[in-house]
Amino acid sequence: MTDSNNITASAIDRDESVASQLALMLRRNRVAAFSLITIAFITLATIAAPLYVPYDPNTPSLKERFAPPSAAHWIGCDDLGRDQLVRLIYGARISILIGLIPTSLSMIMGTGLGLIAGYVGGRTDFWIMRGADVVLAFPSLLLAMVVSYTLGGGIVSIFIALSVVSWAQTARVIRAQAMSLKEKEFVEAARSIGVKGGVIMIRHILPNCVPNLIVLFTLNIPGAILNESSLSFLGVGAAPPSTSWGLMIYRYKTYLMSYPWLAIAPGVAILIFVLAFNFLGDGVRDALDPYMKD
Amino acid sequence: MTREENKHCLLEVDDVVKEFALRGGFSRSGQIVHAVSGVSFTLDEGETLALVGESGCGKSTMGRLVLRLIEPTRGAVRFEGRDLASMGEPDLRAVRRRMQIIFQDPYASLDPRMTIYKIIAEPLLTHKTHKTRIETEFRVRELMSRVGLRGDQMNRYPHQFSGGQRQRIGIARALALNPKLIVCDEPVSALDVSIQAQILNLLCDLQDELGLAYLFISHDLGVVRHISDRVCVMFLGRLCEIGPTEEIFSSPLHPYTKFLLEAVPKPDPHMRKGKKALLAGEMPSPVNPPPGCAFHTRCPQSEDICKRLAPGMKSFGPRQAACHFTQ
Amino acid sequence: MNPNDSQTLLIKNLSTHFFTGKGVAAAVDDVTLSIPRKSIVGVVGESGCGKSVTALSVLRLVSRPGRIVSGSVMLDGEELLGKSPGEMRQIRGNKISMIFQEPMTSLNPVYTVGRQVMEAMRIHGNTSETEARDRAVEMFSAVGIPEPEHRLRSFPHQLSGGLRQRVMIAMAMVCRPRLMIADEPTTALDVTIEAQILNLMKELEEKFDTSIMMITHNMGVVAEICDYVYVMYAGRIMEQADIFELFDNTKHPYTLGLLGSIPRYGGVRRRLYNIKGMVPSLLDLPKGCRFSPRCEQATPECESREPELYDAGAGHYVRCFLHANANRGEKQ
Repeated sequence: MTDSNNITASAIDRDESVASQLALMLRRNRVAAFSLITIAFITLATIAAPLYVPYDPNTPSLKERFAPPSAAHWIGCDDLGRDQLVRLIYGARISILIGLIPTSLSMIMGTGLGLIAGYVGGRTDFWIMRGADVVLAFPSLLLAMVVSYTLGGGIVSIFIALSVVSWAQTARVIRAQAMSLKEKEFVEAARSIGVKGGVIMIRHILPNCVPNLIVLFTLNIPGAILNESSLSFLGVGAAPPSTSWGLMIYRYKTYLMSYPWLAIAPGVAILIFVLAFNFLGDGVRDALDPYMKD
Repeated sequence: MTREENKHCLLEVDDVVKEFALRGGFSRSGQIVHAVSGVSFTLDEGETLALVGESGCGKSTMGRLVLRLIEPTRGAVRFEGRDLASMGEPDLRAVRRRMQIIFQDPYASLDPRMTIYKIIAEPLLTHKTHKTRIETEFRVRELMSRVGLRGDQMNRYPHQFSGGQRQRIGIARALALNPKLIVCDEPVSALDVSIQAQILNLLCDLQDELGLAYLFISHDLGVVRHISDRVCVMFLGRLCEIGPTEEIFSSPLHPYTKFLLEAVPKPDPHMRKGKKALLAGEMPSPVNPPPGCAFHTRCPQSEDICKRLAPGMKSFGPRQAACHFTQ
Repeated sequence: MNPNDSQTLLIKNLSTHFFTGKGVAAAVDDVTLSIPRKSIVGVVGESGCGKSVTALSVLRLVSRPGRIVSGSVMLDGEELLGKSPGEMRQIRGNKISMIFQEPMTSLNPVYTVGRQVMEAMRIHGNTSETEARDRAVEMFSAVGIPEPEHRLRSFPHQLSGGLRQRVMIAMAMVCRPRLMIADEPTTALDVTIEAQILNLMKELEEKFDTSIMMITHNMGVVAEICDYVYVMYAGRIMEQADIFELFDNTKHPYTLGLLGSIPRYGGVRRRLYNIKGMVPSLLDLPKGCRFSPRCEQATPECESREPELYDAGAGHYVRCFLHANANRGEKQ
């Protein structure tokens, strides 16, 4: 950023928007770029699945029960003789949705409430944080089940259920961050200029919470994927015969000694997915960090 | 700067009290910090009034009360004759254009995630003073050159600047809306001497050009003597003495002021004269200020009356002091 | 016997460099400095001039990427740079002690101050518990802490800033060191407390035969208690002189600038003298005299060649060509 001393060129034109900063980061940071490609590939592969997969994911084939990996079935077949790879590809649909949508929803909710609680303080803070305490005090799965059951099951109710149980953690982290940022003189400077409270929260406090948010986001995704499997098992998540990665791990862990590929494959899939988000998250954090721009 | 007689009174602080409740672990412990107890002073247009005192004397709290960044418990702060406490949000917003603040810590006072352009433009955009981006940018460049920064540095981030330059950025932000009053909260105490001199000179130049009034909060008496027209000496949330700078420095009226002036290390070895008269003891707690005169526990002149009765401000020509024994 | 017998500390041609990814920064560059017995010697300069690194080099506490690259540090005629880490530990806190700017962060918040003072003693001597306690009480009253017996049981956060700095000084003095290094000991304190602490340091120096190396940026503090002063700039000593000589007969343009930028306590002047520009980066030092880009009296010679420390008589040395005349003829 320090290259040009050309005073006549408009400074604003060279001002980097968030999007162009991220684009620059992707060009420089190979790992982050590769992670983004991986995530995009998995997402596309699962959306386009019906166009190319040779087997139906849900049709059992008794003579191929527990078939080991082969040329026909790259990572074998499950206990009902269904192709494991095809099921993995279809399972990604629910898992990715479950991983991303409830995590995002809960984080938006938690960030908003945490910012308000931390910045406004007083009674508002008290009631928001007591709400968070209630959510945290409940066994999250039980709470998710209650919410999901009340809403009548199905994918949308799972989204809502998982968001409701996990906003509290985000809210706590962001509240603490907002409280310490609120005391900073640059916030006081903004107040003395006459900037409104809501604007200060969005313009000054939120951007300084970005590193925390990225860490929370990457930590929450695997949790959400695994939580979904528990819900599915209890009958309020993905309903058989359709499946998800979490549900596959849950069901096939009993066969871990005899037919290990059944549980390992979805495990590896989750790992790759989460790692990709992790690396991408690191890249985004650095790209938005002014200290990295020397 | 000589003070003219009929200058307009810009700021009037009238018997302001600020108390904070100390919070215990679970509930309010019932203890109260008496940060500011009944302070009154006025500040004219174009004048520099210094608030001096040691840490915990309430000078920074006073600065924030003036800007209504915190609400006073009692008393009134009037800016251009209007009481800030009675103002609603829109009025207050309008008044905020006319009073600004410069902070001590040039590292904490600038948002690390904003470019210099965004920091200096924030007041302009908040108050929508310029219609187009080009105009805003023009104004930012103008402000930057006014405080001695190069306009082409506006896309850099605060951490890429030195302490002195960052303080200049803070000053540019404070000047953006053409204020009448700037509260300077220890603006040079975090800087090296040579940089400190540059910033003090800049503040003086700006005052001469723009007719600014400064409420200059500092613990550094050398700086205060250099820059201010009048001085308020504070001790434990109260005023000890207020008056024209030269008179206070050459013949302090209040015993605390005397000790304070005596204690400053002077950059002249010939002024070491035997043993100094040192102030004994420690600062009393603002949670439990001593009854009567707050200074009586450390004052060598203290007598019975000081323990019972808090002295009021007495006038001595242009000066005022709060001590039973000042003649 | 060693010829430098009267010197408590003698630093000769000390260079401490920091080996960073961006290059080598000579934080301390060929510094020669001595502290006679029973004296307070000031090392002044602005941030980054190398004054604190000099102090850390004496204690051999420079941490990576910094390293002492050459020179010698003698304490009472004994070379410290060759000592083993174990021997250095015996010297630190015992023969040389150090106090810092921020007393709160230098004290461990979970132990009482008494325990910390006694620990300092027990590391270095085989003192018994009661003996250590007695000496701690004695030292607490020597540094002017009221109710010393009671204060031994206080935790750092229960004490005011002034008292904490007194505790630090007690801790530093308890082993009766030969040299106390004080790194900006009063910068964080209020003026009335600062005056108390400076007064105390002077008293201790006289009472305990301890020399003090006073590191500060404050010319007022220097004028108040130092006997001899070194002025540092960008890793180099620019001027050194007896305290009265330095203030009455200031020679180096940098020192003049420093003194000129202090808001004077005497008459009011509207504009302060200020040194233009900023302290150079140690990674990118100007050619010739390091101060030349900011110096109003710089000549082309200053920009091409670095002056040495010229003797200006009366123990006054100046690194400036303006004052080289007296001795230059002899050298060429």
